[in-house]
Amino acid sequence: MNDFSLLLPEFLVAGLAFFILALDLFIKENWKRYLVWVAFFGLVVILFVSLFIESEGRLYDGLLEFDEFTKFFRIFFLIIGGVTVIISREYVDSRLKYPGEYYGILLFTLLGAMLLASSAELLTAYINLELLSFGLYVLVGYERYNPKSNEASVKYILLGAFSSALILFGISQIYGLLGTTRFDEMSVAFSSLSSISPGMAVGFVLIVSGLGFKLAAVPFHMWAPDVYEGAPLPITAWLSVGSKAAALALAIRLFSEGFISVFGELQPILIVIAAITMVIGNLLALVQKNIKRLLAYSSIGHVGYLLMGLAALVPIAKTGSVAETFTNLVYNGLLFHMVSYGFTTMAAFLCVITVYNKTGRDDISAFAGLSKRQPLVALVFVCALFSLAGLPIFVGFASKFYLFNAVGGQGLLWLVALAIVMSLISLYYYLTIARQLYIENSEDDAPIAVSFVTKLTLGGLFGVMIILGIYPAFLLEAIQRATDALISGNLLSLV
Amino acid sequence: MGVLEVLEVLKIIDSSILLCLFGLPMLGATLLLFIPASALKIIKIVAFAISLVVAVLAIYIFVSFDETLGGIQFQRIYGWLPLPGPWGSGDDAITLSLGIDGVSATMVLLTGIVMLTGTLISWNVKESTKDFFILYFVLLSGVFGVFVTFDLFFFFLFYELSVLPMYLLIGKWGSTSKFKSFVRTKEYSAMKLTLVLVAGSVLIWVAIIAIFFQAGIGSFSVIEIQKVSETALSPTFQNIFFPLLMIGFGILAGLWPFHTWSPDGHVAAPTAVSMVHAGVLMKLGAFGIIRIGIVLMPNGAETWMPLLIVLGAVNVIYGAVSAMGQTDLKYVIGYSSVSHMGYVLMGMATLNVLGMNGAVLQMFSHGIMTALFFAVAGMIYDRTHTRDTLELRGMAKKMGVISILFTIAGLTSLGLPGMSGFVAELLVFIGVFQSYGHLGIILGSAAVIGAALTAVYILRLVASVFFGSTPEMWENQTDSRPRELLAAGILVAVIFSVGLWPFPYIEVIESGVNPIVAAISGAG
Repeated sequence: MNDFSLLLPEFLVAGLAFFILALDLFIKENWKRYLVWVAFFGLVVILFVSLFIESEGRLYDGLLEFDEFTKFFRIFFLIIGGVTVIISREYVDSRLKYPGEYYGILLFTLLGAMLLASSAELLTAYINLELLSFGLYVLVGYERYNPKSNEASVKYILLGAFSSALILFGISQIYGLLGTTRFDEMSVAFSSLSSISPGMAVGFVLIVSGLGFKLAAVPFHMWAPDVYEGAPLPITAWLSVGSKAAALALAIRLFSEGFISVFGELQPILIVIAAITMVIGNLLALVQKNIKRLLAYSSIGHVGYLLMGLAALVPIAKTGSVAETFTNLVYNGLLFHMVSYGFTTMAAFLCVITVYNKTGRDDISAFAGLSKRQPLVALVFVCALFSLAGLPIFVGFASKFYLFNAVGGQGLLWLVALAIVMSLISLYYYLTIARQLYIENSEDDAPIAVSFVTKLTLGGLFGVMIILGIYPAFLLEAIQRATDALISGNLLSLV
Repeated sequence: MGVLEVLEVLKIIDSSILLCLFGLPMLGATLLLFIPASALKIIKIVAFAISLVVAVLAIYIFVSFDETLGGIQFQRIYGWLPLPGPWGSGDDAITLSLGIDGVSATMVLLTGIVMLTGTLISWNVKESTKDFFILYFVLLSGVFGVFVTFDLFFFFLFYELSVLPMYLLIGKWGSTSKFKSFVRTKEYSAMKLTLVLVAGSVLIWVAIIAIFFQAGIGSFSVIEIQKVSETALSPTFQNIFFPLLMIGFGILAGLWPFHTWSPDGHVAAPTAVSMVHAGVLMKLGAFGIIRIGIVLMPNGAETWMPLLIVLGAVNVIYGAVSAMGQTDLKYVIGYSSVSHMGYVLMGMATLNVLGMNGAVLQMFSHGIMTALFFAVAGMIYDRTHTRDTLELRGMAKKMGVISILFTIAGLTSLGLPGMSGFVAELLVFIGVFQSYGHLGIILGSAAVIGAALTAVYILRLVASVFFGSTPEMWENQTDSRPRELLAAGILVAVIFSVGLWPFPYIEVIESGVNPIVAAISGAG
């Protein structure tokens, strides 16, 4: 018996996407700029629907799993997707053609991200990942007459296809050796094994590499700066938050449901990737002159912190120490930092978009004297940067503290120390932007006008950064429910 | 509004007075955010009103602190965030745990006074006055927060909060120093200060995480961890992690050889920020060593304190010698701060009551004195637009009051009896001589020599800058304005009150120091 009401939000998103595509065919050209509101308010309605529907259960013989974890990510994606739609508005109006297709395809990528969080089987996960990626291939190249956008799209397609092939190869290895691709059956099959065969190790490494591509983890990060630079700005924001969170959701579920009993074998790989990701990301960000590239590298650095959490899902000391029960803390920290990174990055990108819409420049010096030209944007931007650097009272501080603390509890104090040193380094390049915003003077002192909607969005994101920084307890309650759902079934029985 | 309502309001304030202490500056910053930048007068009035109220609260706290009772007073605990773990749901893991002991009561008083005088001094900030006061209040909110919280998480939060606004404060409103062969830009100094201080908090952060998990009770509360520290934090653990805290906090306290941010940063900063930073912020470092380092890890403290006392002595001598060589007025004061913080470090490293009393009193005395120093240096710079001691000559003729104020600060600095510096330094000297046998005698002598060196550079400076014949270029100078005089007058009054009648201060401090020292002798 399949209870399709579980999938209601996903159906609605797909319906909304088709509706916008269809609507686009029939309405007049000058009405098309209102499509953004159809998409936005559609998402708001879907958000309310998914807040209130009961969603526990499985579909299609366990290919899709719906629990609190799914619900958490679904809501997160809907919010971030809504923000992406709203920050696209002015950019699409002024720089892009065919708004209908833009929002339609954006909603399909959102659908892919939402489904990824509920995938409990490797091939289903792969298909959803492709749904997400294919939409992004198109959106990255959406600025048809901009050579950089075209270059980014080609790069993204080639490397994305390559990483998909890696994942598929990895899946075939696992399937060939275990005879199943469902996470729960994999976990059972693994726990009956006495040792990991080389073929299986190849499978792990390939899947981890493929996910690494999607997450832009070092050494699979080469595409990220170029694609970030070339893509339309709102899509860059969506790439760095939505698509990364989707890959992370898949990784968390896969590792904690499928690979948990052999996680010890994977852990060294993840630790190394996490360490080099945060080091390379933050060091390369130091020398960037373009704000998009800088944010790209800084987001690679943040992926490093998240991977550190992923690597610490089970403790280092396998027996005897108290560390074993900090797992819940790590999961919470991982999701908390992801949410914090998501909202903060969105705020930062909205500031970049606002300036770019008016000046057409995206080098760091374009922001000189912004505090005089547009105080609100400068304020939100500098606060977003401080939050990314992990300074109080913003959410970045609380989430970094929570995540680092949890990872430290798992016996990885040296990795945490490295992460803290890296966030010190990141402070340098965030401060160089702050310097442009507040200290330097620009040649052009003309004020930058900002629309009411943008002001409202900026204010909202700013409020989220502050409120979650001052009192994150209610968010942590939701996160706790999400992680309990994952842990109760799988982890605790094993450790 | 009737009397009853006023009493009601006062009651509410009284029950959450420590919350107000760091909440009011934060509220003030938020309030200023919504006032248009062109309404200069309103901005200044709001800033002054908030500073005044906070200063009154600080004085009230210090006065009503019961030193005979000792311990932690005004205690309030608010739940904040649970952390699940082997200790269960961990509902009390992170709490906003507020309280005041003898040490922090003194520091709160210091901060209140410096905040008020700093606001008065920054009355004539020309550029972006609104932004300046917003950042200034955020800075002070962080400082107050550190002094009143007994929770490691919030301690660290406020500690970082007080570093956050520094980059913009120095970078935007600061001044660049030009020397003959090189230029030290304000942006450079601001970046150096921020990064070095945050580098210090890297060490602190690592140590806090380690302490939390080693204690294993699922609480960040200093009070709770202290209860189990003897059993849970093994001597080996303490010996490994105490130096992290000592150096991490030491960086902010100007510990040699990590002090180089301090002269650069203080010189580049605008006057009020120099006052707060040298006067109060450097004390956060020393305070952190006491509140977290010594209290939580007495064994580690005993192991490492001999190193700290030696480094402190180096601070004293090195700072004094460096100050001698400076030609920039603010650099002299900056290096003298490094030198004086050496006494604080030496005093706390003695781990005896006298030395620690001296250290805390020196923190207070140096805070007031250096605030006065920087205020006066700011007044001179505002008028002459130079701080070069080779150009400034015979200023006393036109700036009589300013030269008197500077001389008072100078005499306090070199430890003239009757002023606050003398009492504090004397206590430190005695404490040092009492501790560590021969080493104590050698280092104590070094400290006394340091005081003598201070006399050399201060008196030379006073003689050359203020006395002698006045060059023509300085003929048209004006003396201090009433507002500046008020600010300086408050500071001078405090200096003399400590110098002439130090016992009220010492009693309060001792009520905070006694339990700490008792815990150490218990552990040893």
